[in-house]
This record gives sequence, structure tokens and C-alpha cells, in this order.
Amino acid sequence: MSDFIDILLTAGFWAATIRIVSPLIFGTLGELICERAGVLNLGIEGIMTVGAMSGWMWVYQGGDLWTGVLFAACMGAVFGLLHAVFTVHLGLSQHVTGIGITLFASSLSYFVYRMLLPDATTPPKIVPFQPIAVPWLSDLPIIGEALFTQSALTYLALLVVPMVWYVLFRTPVGLAVRMSGENPVAVEAQGINVLAVRTGAVMVGSAFMAVGGAFITMSWFDAFYFGMINGRGWICVALVIFASWRPGRALLGALLFAGLEAIQVRAQQSAGAFIPYQFFLMLPYVMSILAMIVMARKTKYPQALLVPFRRGERV
Amino acid sequence: MSNPPVLEFRGVTKRFGTLTANDDVSLTLQQGEVLALLGENGAGKTTLMNILFGHYQADEGDILVDGEVLPSGSTQAAINAGIGMVHQHFTLADNLTVLENITLGTESLWSWRQDQANSRKKLAAMISDYGLVVDPDAMVSELSVGERQRVEILKALYRDARILILDEPTAVLTPQESERLFATLKSITAKGLAIIFISHKLHEILAVSNRIAVLRRGAIVGTLETATSRREQLAELMVGRTVTRPKLSAIKPGDLVLEINDVSTGGTGATELKEIDLTLHQHEIVGIAGVAGNGQGTLADILSGLRSDFSGTIELNGQMLAAGNPRAIVASGVGRIPEDRHARGVVANMDIWENLISEDLRSDEICRAGFIIDGAGARVRAEKQIEDFDVRCKGPDAETRLLSGGNMQKLILARALSNTPSFILANQPVRGLDEGAIAYVQEQLLEARKRGAAILLISEDLDELMTLTDRIAVMSHGMLSSALPTGERSIAEIGLMMAGHGDQGGAKPGSLADGH
Repeated sequence: MSDFIDILLTAGFWAATIRIVSPLIFGTLGELICERAGVLNLGIEGIMTVGAMSGWMWVYQGGDLWTGVLFAACMGAVFGLLHAVFTVHLGLSQHVTGIGITLFASSLSYFVYRMLLPDATTPPKIVPFQPIAVPWLSDLPIIGEALFTQSALTYLALLVVPMVWYVLFRTPVGLAVRMSGENPVAVEAQGINVLAVRTGAVMVGSAFMAVGGAFITMSWFDAFYFGMINGRGWICVALVIFASWRPGRALLGALLFAGLEAIQVRAQQSAGAFIPYQFFLMLPYVMSILAMIVMARKTKYPQALLVPFRRGERV
Repeated sequence: MSNPPVLEFRGVTKRFGTLTANDDVSLTLQQGEVLALLGENGAGKTTLMNILFGHYQADEGDILVDGEVLPSGSTQAAINAGIGMVHQHFTLADNLTVLENITLGTESLWSWRQDQANSRKKLAAMISDYGLVVDPDAMVSELSVGERQRVEILKALYRDARILILDEPTAVLTPQESERLFATLKSITAKGLAIIFISHKLHEILAVSNRIAVLRRGAIVGTLETATSRREQLAELMVGRTVTRPKLSAIKPGDLVLEINDVSTGGTGATELKEIDLTLHQHEIVGIAGVAGNGQGTLADILSGLRSDFSGTIELNGQMLAAGNPRAIVASGVGRIPEDRHARGVVANMDIWENLISEDLRSDEICRAGFIIDGAGARVRAEKQIEDFDVRCKGPDAETRLLSGGNMQKLILARALSNTPSFILANQPVRGLDEGAIAYVQEQLLEARKRGAAILLISEDLDELMTLTDRIAVMSHGMLSSALPTGERSIAEIGLMMAGHGDQGGAKPGSLADGH
């Protein structure tokens, strides 16, 4: 028990939590935007892989870091467009399309990586985003290191949460997105093109997901490995439900999961001698299932989520 | 009448596959008038309005607003031309506020903020101008049906509509709410707007409109001045022939058939039953009036065996009802006509004979060795039922989904009534049917009554209840009033009780006192 409290008191734990949470924030917000418009995007796992690979590869081929992030976002948007063509315009199953996108996008990422770097035996490295210490604030005990000695991409992640909230809940376009997820016929009846709104939302959301993936190879680590997204996309899908489709609660849920993840790594080290490490690996997932059961029971999901909209169809 | 029309249809034709939904429709609408569009279900009224509002594209013909051709297939163009539509099925998002529902699409999508202060002011002015009272910050899910309709009207007016289309606006309202709507419509036309009022209810149309266009099978069969029209003349135009609905003949009630005693389903929601008592006798049709969603569905589910989570007792012919066991309930002599033909009445993708045997798979006629279906036997029986109940189809092997609404309902009647049930649950049995089919269904129910069945008729149509029942009870918020002989309460009184205003005085909690 005292070990556990020790963990909570180290700055390293909090710094790790904030680092782990960053890709989850991007991914969860991306999924949230898609689902608010009524489209489930299970392509997230693959789109994050695309973002991780393409952003990293951009920098490795000589581009700079920020254009790399932008490139990753564009690639994400392209796969978002693909998802939207199938689910929004053709009205096909969002589950099947999403899983197809995930398989296709991750395989394509690995394929392109191998094509461009056929000879690499150990994964080559880039110079990733470096931590930026915010003057004065970074000198604070514990919080200073955790919150104010992070990379620019992490600061961006924390900044994006209120931005997404503002756009969704305080601007006309956000209203159109939310309404498309609640009742697309109402959007149509007000003279707005539902298909365009949904397509746009899925593309923007997918761009967010790809940036989340790019964070892993460009800020957290400095190389691209196969399988490095490792289910984070699926966690984001669960976090959206946990968050009841609200950006603020999404941040909270992502922090909770990231904290558990950071704890388990440290608990492995301190208690790994007598408890198998797999047990600790499992913990964050068990905890998120439990949290989902508690939090998501009475949640109000978007009424038109998963419901395709077809113009001019006889009802 | 020499003013140019604000709206003109010129030869509009719309086909869905082989079905011609609108056939060369030409119409004009003048400023400040209410034009009623009268027609049976399926006559093409809604299709025509959906073309006007840009939901559908016409195959032929033009629509002119103020003399200019309206681009087809664009809702945006229709809104910009000043057309507002109140859809029959409201186009509102439940989890958003009234204000959000109304302002959607009124501001540029790319502005960085919503001008809420301004929209609030404009909305408040319209609410007081037209008397359409509703709280702008309420969630739509919290509103009553009448309030939701007001939001829909406000939505159209907010966008400066000059032509307002109302598609079956009274279908979901109590008589008092309808009166209030009619008053609103008067104040709207007084301000120079033109209204198209779609309905199949003759008395409403005669009450609110200036002119009437009658639509039958997609074509305009007559345009009349309301002042000089008679009800019978309109009915005949609409149906294409004279159809008289059957009337109740006096029969003395017989033995007790169904006794519902103190049935509650727990919970406080509007659809949860609260201490319901009701008795039905042989040769008796008892009607339940009420606005949809006040517990009628729950009661129907319990009596059909789809729900068993209730307290209290239900006895059928002296035996406890086999709650939660549909097969036993059917076997004990209950005929069920469900509310939604398509969702619960039939399996649309299966054949007619399959649907006909689906309630008694184990009878000797169609079942061999206890588990093998005798296809030939089932078809023989199906053919007889098809003939007895006049189901117009190609035969027992035709697909059920190809049947018209009326024929589908006849199929359900055939299944429910063939083995002479002692109790018949008829939930909205004529909803969405044309006049001919309505008369047929009602005749069959009267036939069953004559034979000695007890019938519970759940309906939202008060005229139907007034002509077809021996007694009427009113359901509101899960509570059921006493069932008084039909005619003892006026339509106005029943309307008040439907709105939940009947329970004054020292009635026991959870029961509706009679409204007089």
C-alpha cells in the first residue's frame, strides 16, 4: 500500500500520465466528433497507425516536425473520407466499414513502411518533439514537471479539448454536427446538407485520430514499430461512451485510464516479483470496463448514431 | 380573385417505381387563404408536399412561387422562397433545446459564435405575436406533443415563411389542442401568410379552410369552395364512391368475459399503468380513448402476453390470464390486432400462408407429429381464410410485404378472428387504412360482437369510438377513467380527460374522476 502512495507522489508518475493521455485525447475527441455527427468510426485503430507511420516517415524523409503532424492529419482525413464515402454516402454498415478501414489502413501503413525502408533491421530513429519547460511554472513541485515540462504536442492536446467543446456547443457548425447525430431529417428540413456535414465531421475527426497516432512516434517515442498503437484506438471508442459524448468528460476519462496505465507500469516494478506482470497489464482495461459500467448506464447517446441518412427516400 | 397566386403547381407528376404517387397535379394558392388538401391515406398528399419542400424531385411539372420556378429537389431553395413545412413526423432533435432546434441553419455555418441574444429576442417576439407559448431553453424531449408542434410552427415562422404547410397536424392532438391550433392558424393567415392544411378528417377541413382540393390516387379530383361544400359530397369525392361506415345495433351485454382489477406496472412515467380497473362483457365493444403514449400500448402489451411485470389481476372467462405467455393467451381465446401492422402484425418478408399460421403452429390441421408443418394443409386453410376475409392477393404463397395496408389488416383479422375468440384486442385497427378497408374492419368487429365476443377497441379517433362502442373509458398518463356508456360524455369532455384535466375533486390518487 505504501508503495502505491509512493508512486502517486512521484513527479515521474504524473509526467507519464500526461504523456500517455495525449494520444488518447486526440483519438477520443476525433471519435467523439464522428459520433456526434452520427457516424461510428471503428477505423480509428488503423487511422492512428496511419498517422503514426506517415508523420514519422515525413520527418524521417527530411520534413520538419510540424509539417509532419499536418501531413499525418491530412492522411487521417483521407481515410476519414474513405469511411464517409462508404457509411455516409452509400449508407453501408458502419461497423463493418470501420473494421475494414482499420485492417486496410494498418496493413497499408506497414506495407509502405517496408517499401520505403526495406533494409532497416532495427527501427531507425528521428529527433522527436522535445519537452518545453514553461518558465516559472515548471519549477512548481510535482505539477511543474508533470504539466509544464511536456512537448508542444501535449500542450496542443490539452488546448484542443476546450476548442472542440467550443466549436461543438457554441458555433452554428457545431450545432449542425450535433443535430446530424440526433435527427438528420431535421437538418435536411432546415436546408442543410446532412451528407456534407457528416462527411466533414468524419474527416476532421479522423484527422484528430491520426494526430493522436503521430504523437506516439513523434513525441512519445522516436521510431515506428509494428503494432505500436496496441489497442489505443479501441480504448478511445470506449472513452467516448464513458464521456457521454462530452469533450470535458472525455479528458477526465482519458486521464483516468492514463493514470491507471502509468500506475501499472510502476506497480510491475515494485510488486512484479510475486504477482505476474500480466496481471498489471490487464488492470487498466478491467478498470475501464468497471468505469464504463458505472458511468455509461444512463448515458444519452446520439439518437441517430449508426443510422444512415438517405435523401429523398420514401419513408 | 384576380391576384396572382403565391404558389402554383403545374402538372406535377411523381413516380415511385410503378406507382404513380402524384399524377399531373395542378393547384394554386392565394395569399391569406387556407387551402385544405383532402385525401385518403396513400392518396399522395404528403408526397406532393415533399416535392414542394424539396425532399423529393418531381419527374414532371413545375412549381412556381410568386411566378418564379422553384428549383426542384432543394430544401434550401424552398426555405429561401418562403416555404415552411410542419412535418407529420416532427423533425426535431430530442436531446437539443427548443432554441437550438429553431436556430439550426439560420446562421452562417462558418461564423465563430451563435448570436443567441438576437435569436432569443426574435423568438420571444414571435411567441407573443402568435401565442405559440413554449420555453426556448427546454429540451425537446421534455415537451408535450402539442408543444412540439408549436416548435415546428415557430421553426417555419422563424425563417420568415410566407407559405406554411401543415401535414396532418391534428393527428396527435387532443380536440382542445386542435382548437387552439386552428386559432393560431387564423392569426397566421391574418398576417398575410398562406397555409396548406393536409388532412383526411372532413370536419376539420370544413372548419379551417377557405378552399378544398381533393386528391385521390395521386390526382386532383376536385377543387371546391369550402363555404359551398357539403360533408357527404367531399367524402364521396375523396373515396370515389359512397361508403357508409357500419353502425352499432343494440344488443344486450352477456356474461362477464374480461375483468381487469387494480393493474399497475409501477413507475410514474406516462406509459406506466396506475391502478386500472375495467370489465368487458359478451356482445360489448368498449373503447379506450386517449392521446398516444399514455399507457394504451402498455395495456395492449399486457393483454397480448408481451409483458408480465404488473401487479393486480386480469381474469379471462373466470381464469387468470396467462400473463407473459402469448401462445397460452391466444389458446385461451384472445384475438389480437396489434397497433403496428408492419412491426408486430406480420413478418413482411414471409409468405401469406406462413403469417396466417404463425399464431397456432401446433393445431392438428397444420402440424404433423407435433413438430412438422404440413405445408399443404396450411395452404388449404390459408386459401379458405383468404377467401373468407377477402384478402386481395395472388394466393397463399404471395409475399406479405406486397399487400396494401388494408389487405394486410384483413390478413391479420383472418388470423385473429378465424378461431372465434371470446375476447378481441383491437389496437388502432383502422389507422392508415382507406375508407373501404375501414368499413370492412369495422364490420368484422361488429360481426364478432354479434357472435358474442367482447372487444376492447383502443383508438385515437373519437369519431370512431363514438359510433362503434358501447362504452368508452379515457386513458391519460397511465390512468383509466370509468367506462361510461357511449354518449354520456361529450367529445369535449372526453378531450379534457385525454389532456389529464379530469381528475379534480376527491378521487383516489391514481384514478381519473369523471369529467363532469
